Amino acid sequence: MDNYLDKLIFEKSRAGRRAFAQAPDVAAELDIPETFMRSDRPRLPEASELQVVRHFTRLSQKNFSIDTQFYPLGSCTMKYNPRACNSLALLPGFAGRHPLGPVSHGQGFLTCMYELQEMLKEVTGMQGVSLTPMAGAQGELTGVAMIMAYHKARGDHERNEIIVPDAAHGTNPATATMLGCVAKEIPTGPDGDVDVEALKAEVSEKTAGIMLTNPSTLGVFERDIIEVDDIVRDAGGLLYYDGANLNAILGKVRPGDMGFDVIHMNLHKTFSTPHGGGGPGSGAVGVAERLLPFLPVPIVGKQEVDGETVYDWLTEKDVPQTIGRLSGFMGNAGVLLRAYVYMRLVGRDGMQRIAEYATLNANYLQARLRDAGFELAFPDRRASHEFIVTLKHEAKEYQLTAMDLAKALLDYNFHAPTTYFPLLVPECLLIEPTETESKETLDNFVNAMIDIVKRAREDGESFKEAPFDTPVRRLDDVRAARQLDVRYDPDTGDAT
Amino acid sequence: MPFIPHTDDDTQEMLEAIGVKSIDELFDEIPAELMIESLDGIPAAMSEMEITRLMRERAAMDGAPLCFIGAGAYEHHIPQAVWDIATRGEYYSAYTPYQAEASQGTLQTIYEYQSMITELTGLDVSNASLYDGASGLAEAALMAVRSNRKAKSRQVLLTPGVSPTYAKVATAIAGSQGLTFDYLPMDTSTGKLRPDALDDNADPVAVVIQQPTFLGTLEDVDRITDWAHARGAVVIAIANPTSLAVLKAPGHWGEQGADIACGDGQPLGVPLSSGGPYFGYMTCKEKHVRQMPGRIIGRTVDLEGKQGFTLTLQAREQHIRRSKATSNICTNQGLMVTAATIYMSLLGSDGLTAVASQSASNTVRLVGGLTSIDGIERLFDGPAFHEVALKFDRPVAPVLEALAARDILGGYDLSEDYPDLGDALLVCATETKTEADIDAYVEAMREVIASSLAQSA
Repeated sequence: MDNYLDKLIFEKSRAGRRAFAQAPDVAAELDIPETFMRSDRPRLPEASELQVVRHFTRLSQKNFSIDTQFYPLGSCTMKYNPRACNSLALLPGFAGRHPLGPVSHGQGFLTCMYELQEMLKEVTGMQGVSLTPMAGAQGELTGVAMIMAYHKARGDHERNEIIVPDAAHGTNPATATMLGCVAKEIPTGPDGDVDVEALKAEVSEKTAGIMLTNPSTLGVFERDIIEVDDIVRDAGGLLYYDGANLNAILGKVRPGDMGFDVIHMNLHKTFSTPHGGGGPGSGAVGVAERLLPFLPVPIVGKQEVDGETVYDWLTEKDVPQTIGRLSGFMGNAGVLLRAYVYMRLVGRDGMQRIAEYATLNANYLQARLRDAGFELAFPDRRASHEFIVTLKHEAKEYQLTAMDLAKALLDYNFHAPTTYFPLLVPECLLIEPTETESKETLDNFVNAMIDIVKRAREDGESFKEAPFDTPVRRLDDVRAARQLDVRYDPDTGDAT
Repeated sequence: MPFIPHTDDDTQEMLEAIGVKSIDELFDEIPAELMIESLDGIPAAMSEMEITRLMRERAAMDGAPLCFIGAGAYEHHIPQAVWDIATRGEYYSAYTPYQAEASQGTLQTIYEYQSMITELTGLDVSNASLYDGASGLAEAALMAVRSNRKAKSRQVLLTPGVSPTYAKVATAIAGSQGLTFDYLPMDTSTGKLRPDALDDNADPVAVVIQQPTFLGTLEDVDRITDWAHARGAVVIAIANPTSLAVLKAPGHWGEQGADIACGDGQPLGVPLSSGGPYFGYMTCKEKHVRQMPGRIIGRTVDLEGKQGFTLTLQAREQHIRRSKATSNICTNQGLMVTAATIYMSLLGSDGLTAVASQSASNTVRLVGGLTSIDGIERLFDGPAFHEVALKFDRPVAPVLEALAARDILGGYDLSEDYPDLGDALLVCATETKTEADIDAYVEAMREVIASSLAQSA
């Protein structure tokens, strides 16, 4: 239990030890007055290079990941991240480029970014793209800020309500609040589509816009989308497309063609940049013509100079009505490079295949689980690239909750699906297999699901204490919140 | 089919299991008039071999110039182990650690990160990261407003050394909630806050102090912190984490210490990479923790009593609180934090101090060389960390262009952000620069200045 290898890096620290190859040997004296200096020496770990390498390598091995396990985390699109995307983004010319370096030393990078903008315009059917938002939630912030800027520019100051279906990610209503708007939630009908009558009742001269995730987080395509568009548009609102689930419709339908004014894309989902244990993401936005003046800067522009094509930055001077800057430089540039490489690797036809096989995998898994006796939240619907199973009967009859099943799956060496989201389906699992998984993997997953339920039903087994085989067992979350321990004190070894 | 494993037989069997004839049929709930045929504007697929060649050519176009630009992003040596380990699939291709038992690697790494960054900043609690330093200031200001309920004001005062970009970003993100970001005046002879600027009638909700300043100078942070606290304002510190190996930690500024610290974590092992992905760090005093945005990792025990790590205080976050959350942030910059944690572990306190000191000393050498040239002098007296503003007798842009033609990136032109300072350049030489590099820059500058005498004012 008290395994040395499991200790914190601080507990492996010994005064005077360090990775000597990694810092200048002879430190120059600093010529800075005492008053500005710190008197205490920061207690960072002191460890050899091997110790550090072993420590973090071993820690990494305690993770489930796409590279090691099936990871059907719904709404997160955990597909294979091609290794070439990473290594090519880290080529020295790209990795070493200073963000404020001149365009004379950035044409290679800027060419990629310009072409990425153009490709994203094509897949969304939009007129302009800004790559700067650094994650989906920042893309949402960008989109709603542009909607608000549009209304203000027309002298329409009363519109401050953003309509959000109750199935939406929490980021949607939280974004509205961040921009000083009021989030108005509308219910979902029994078949998973937006409740159109409720929408009609909610729109007014205060409606700034609607944020619609499509396919929704319920895993279904909004069939009434044209009517939803018309209702909001007739009320004077703008249409925001949350592209969290773009993977399901890539090359099949385009938000621009559906009349939407703005979309954010999660490049870390659809275009397979790494999720990195919680980021970085990238939330590029595309806009229709009427929002072009408000795009955040910088944007990559292209001009002809003496017969040569030169890529450069468009800034506040070029986009005077811009909502401004959202990051210190231009957003998560290295993530954008990875997405660019991915898009070139899959190409025109590959993008459509992504949507096709993601949808095939989801519908196959849905059919197999339904046939095995699992209850689907929306049994009469096609799955998009994900779908929902509800365990309300299993929870009631054999105390097998969604949480228990998720934890039990870990012992079968599968990452759990998303649990308890969307909030409106009880005991739910949101399952997204992605297109990069093979039939064998899906079959194995189905077998594991069947086996767990069988053990609960036939053997009366309890999974309240699952998982059993992971590096730690079920954790005490209540204690984590009540006895807050969020940093290690190297002197006392205690929480502070 | 790149990255899709299905054989024709697989596809056929799967379609049969579903009970449809074709994949197209699976899209039959989408209104037919909305469907498109193809994405004509997307180029055809390339093989890995082809894209590798293309990207190598493009990376080569950007070259490997000698870079003396800082201004918020700093070229430091990154130990090879940092990214070798951070890009292991188990870190690289995992996601937010919702299933704690299957994510102990990421969770313990972030806990260790939180322990290190709170140590550097001298504060109690850290989150798991924000997007970058600039957007982090917006979050810090919004957090200050939530923490400072007594304040009626929504004015955030900035010391003149706060990065102009940070101010722009904070305004773009937090402005619509009524926050204003206003600069206190600069003494243009010192590059610091004007001594008479601390007005007793000011009533800000928060005061932001950047140390070292954007111009490389050092503010009297103790005095400003105490002044702000006496006004009932929350003090937000912005600091370059490398500098915190040697400079006073924000938690120890003035009598009570800053309340919140934020900044860009890029100097801690993250490549320059044209501006991102970096990460924003944020730490605070414990009393503000419930207003903090973003993920926080806590240490706890499992049901066998074994130490383990988990997301905690999630009731602050958007997936629970929705419109009442502390922020809309969800995905953060986890992988960069992993890299920074490995970086800080490898360097330790002595290593980080050596990096900070060598960078400061290299900048002194560079400034000594450049100011030996007629027409270039230091803009401000007084101590600096590893960045110094220089005054020129001619416009800086053509000089930088001439240097760039020699593959030297000479610094950041200040004239647009600080018109009052005249023709001014911000230079930085980190520990990555040798004496030969510095001398090469000085020599090139000497030639450029000599050859462009006609342009001098």
